[in-house]
This record gives sequence, C-alpha cells and structure tokens, in this order.
Amino acid sequence: MLTVTDLSVRYGQIEAVRGLGLSVAKGSVTVLLGSNGAGKSSTLNAIAGLAAPRGRIEFEGSRIDGQAPEDIVRKGIALCPEGRRVFPSLSVAENLHLGGAVHATGDELAARIEAELARFPILRERYHQKAGLLSGGEQQMLAIARALMSAPRLLLLDEPSLGLAPKVVDQVFDLILTLRDQGITILLVEQNAERALEIADRGYVLQSGDLVLSGTGEELAQSDLIRQAYLAG
Amino acid sequence: MDIVLQQVLNAISLGGIYALLALGLAVVFSIVGLINFAHGELMTVAGYALFLGVLFAVPLPLALALAVAAAAGAAVLTERLAFRPMRRADATALLLTSFAVSAILRVLFQNGISARPKPVPLPPALSGTVDLGPVHLGAVPLASILVTLVSLILLTLFLKRTTMGRAMRAAAEDFQVLRLMGIRANRVVAVAFALSGALAGVSALLWVAQRGSVDPLMGFIPVLKAFVAAVIGGLGSLPGAVAGGFVLGITEVLFQAFLPEAALPFRDAFVLSVVIAILIWRPDGLIPAKSARRS
Repeated sequence: MLTVTDLSVRYGQIEAVRGLGLSVAKGSVTVLLGSNGAGKSSTLNAIAGLAAPRGRIEFEGSRIDGQAPEDIVRKGIALCPEGRRVFPSLSVAENLHLGGAVHATGDELAARIEAELARFPILRERYHQKAGLLSGGEQQMLAIARALMSAPRLLLLDEPSLGLAPKVVDQVFDLILTLRDQGITILLVEQNAERALEIADRGYVLQSGDLVLSGTGEELAQSDLIRQAYLAG
Repeated sequence: MDIVLQQVLNAISLGGIYALLALGLAVVFSIVGLINFAHGELMTVAGYALFLGVLFAVPLPLALALAVAAAAGAAVLTERLAFRPMRRADATALLLTSFAVSAILRVLFQNGISARPKPVPLPPALSGTVDLGPVHLGAVPLASILVTLVSLILLTLFLKRTTMGRAMRAAAEDFQVLRLMGIRANRVVAVAFALSGALAGVSALLWVAQRGSVDPLMGFIPVLKAFVAAVIGGLGSLPGAVAGGFVLGITEVLFQAFLPEAALPFRDAFVLSVVIAILIWRPDGLIPAKSARRS
C-alpha cells in the first residue's frame, strides 16, 4: 500500500533520516521503533508532507513525495502528530469539525462526527469543552478521532501512548487493533517497543537516521538488539 | 452633563476605531507572524475609494461598501505580491517587507493622486447632533460606536460559526496541523489578509467621518496607535486587541478632556505612561495570545 524507497530527510545541516526503505502492507499494523532522534517522526512527517523528503514515496501505486500535506490527506493518508496537538482553545466539536471539513459536508460530516463520538464516548461528554481542558488521554482520543474524520485508508500514529496512564495506554493499543480490523492500515511510531511489537505485523528499527533492523513483530521481539536496547530490565 | 456624556461617547468611539485596527493587525499576526505596517495604507486605500465614490456620485451605501472592499482587495493583493514570496522568511524580513509595501503605496498615493488632503463631504445626517431628550450628542461618534459594535459581532460570528473562521482560530494555534486536516494554508492566509483589510477599511470610514478628508499619510498615526493597542492587549490575541484598543482610546480621550490646560501638550506622554504601567503590570498584555507558532 505504501512503499518508501531511499528516503532522506534533512533539516539544515542535520540529516534526520538516511536512505530509508520500508513498506506497509494493506490492512497491517507496521511499527517504527527507535530512540529519540532516530528519525521516526521525520519519516512520518515526510510521508504526510510536513517535511521535504528526498527519495521516493509511493501510495497505492502513485508518487506522493514532495506534495503538500493538504493534498496528501486528500489521497487517504492521515497523520496523528506527536504530542497530540489538538487546537486547545477550540472546543472538541470544533476540532472534530475541522478534521472533516474539507472531506465531507452536511449530513455526511455530521454522520462522521457521530461515528467518532460513538467510538469515543468520552468525547461526547466533553463535546462543548475546550480541547485544552481535556486530560492527556482524552486529548489523545480527540487527536485520533480528528485524524479519522478524513476517513483515511492509512493512519500514521506518532507516539500515541506517550505520557499516558497505563490504563489509557491499553485503550490506545486496543483501539489500534480495532481500527486495523475495520480495514484501516496503520503505521505506528512508538517508544513502548514491547507493547508495539505485540500488535505489529511488521517492524522497522531506526538508529540515528539509519535503518538497522526489520522483520515481523515476533522476529523483532526475539532479536538481541531489541531485547538489549528496549526490553531489557 | 452633556459634556461628560459626550466625552464618554468620544472615548468609546475612538477606542472602537483603535480596536478594529488592532484586530486587523492581530488577525494577520496570529496566523503568519507578520506585524503589517502597511495596514495604515490599507486605510488610505479605503479613504481614497470613498473619496472617488463620493466624487462620482455613487450612492453612499454602495460607496461605503466599495471602500471596504477596496481595502480588503488591496490587502489580498499585497499578500499575493509581497508577503507570500516571503512566507518562509524570518520575522524581521517580513517586517521590512511591510515597511517597503507601506512606502511604495504612500508614494503611489502622493504621485498618483495628490500629496494634499482631499475633502470627503459628509452627508448632512452625519454632521449634526442627535437629540436624546435633553442631551445632544454628536452623530459621528454614535454612528461609529454602532458600526464598531456590528463589526465585532459579525467578526465573532464568522470566527465561531464558519469553517473558515474556525480554521483561522486553529491556524493561530497550530498551522501545520491545520494543513494536515486538508485545509489549504494559502486560502487561510488570504482570508486573514482580506479580513484584516476589511477591518482597516471600516476603521478608515470612521476615521474619515471624523476628519472629513483623506491624504496619503492618513493611516500612519492611527496604525501606530493600533500597534500600541495590540501590544498592550497581547500581540496576536484577538480579544486582547479589542481590549487594548478600547483602553488606549478611552485613556487618550480622558486625558484630553480632563488634563489641565498647561499639561495638554504632553497628553501623549501621559497616555504612554499608562501604556508602560500596563506593560509592567502585565508584560504579555492584558489578554495574552496562547501561542504564536509560525507557518
């Protein structure tokens, strides 16, 4: 579904990603692992159009690298960014509305909002509150719901469990599996390697911008590198 | 009694003009991080459009609408020609660009129209007073307050109820994420400039109604004041711009009215002392903006 070939991302003098290749199969959960600064977020940002990439990014058979984020989301790729980044002074309703505004109108837009409220009942309770007043977990739910408002076929999730209570982390991982079962392909960036590999069909490990390991979730969970770097202790 | 009430009205009406101008600055600053010093020239565009409208005997309501539209159009045009190519530049480069735009427009007015003030005759209804029982109040300040109020209500409805309005509030907080939603950055910026221009246009009408003439430099002083208002309100904050505008306008008129005769030449020093006091008390302004991320 998504094929990335020889992808590099530079910020000024710093090369955040070097010659990365990866592919995401339709209907799968693919995980990108690595420590801080390994280039995981830069990869997602390049796919979504926020960072200018060199290399080739193909989605459903056509090239999307170098296109604007406004165009890439129309093709069916939504990014739920790191740190949630809900619009804090806008209400939950307004956040959801903006998420879908250019993808649906009228009854269809209302139906999508209703579907997300059914998926995340807490957002219905908070519907008219400002997003900035929600708890971290609630904001994460809102950020995912907002990304889903564009009805993506590929959802890019950047550290959705970061800073959340263990119970909420469970909810997030359950949700990812549910979304996959509903036919949405997932590319997930995570610090929580153990949990991520449990649900991953395939995983890639980045280190300082280089791809150092890839394989099925199970293979990676068994690998020495992962056991030492992420799962030990 | 008349005089006190009249001064209060003057204060509110001047504050309203500053508020509209400061709002125009804040709308653009909150989204693209630009302090648009060419804002005053947008006022001037509206002023000359009104002058031409009156000259060619266009019906007044239409002439007013055309003047506001001219300022909005000019704002969009400056964005397209001058500011969009500089979108990725830093704040200083943007600021200098706005100085350049301002200077070019001023020269165009001076050489293309006239360096001297052009009279804009007011309809008789606006030049008189309105009698409310025993009190007689100036028609212009009353009309000005009414126009400010209607503008603020319309702006609030736009920002709260429409998709583009919500997008503009969201853009002020996180432009990148807004683009991830599929909302076109260029369109949001263009609408921000159009809105800012329209606000400059409306304030220009009120300004001209008080003075009865337009000249190439007419926008300079009010926009300088509006910038001060935007800063004491909290740069980039829309409610702050309104608050700052009213505080500044009311302070000016009150000092004008109640300072002893000998101190009147120093009115601005008194006003600016109040400004400094406010900024010592609240360095980020009365109602600070939540975030001022750049696109």
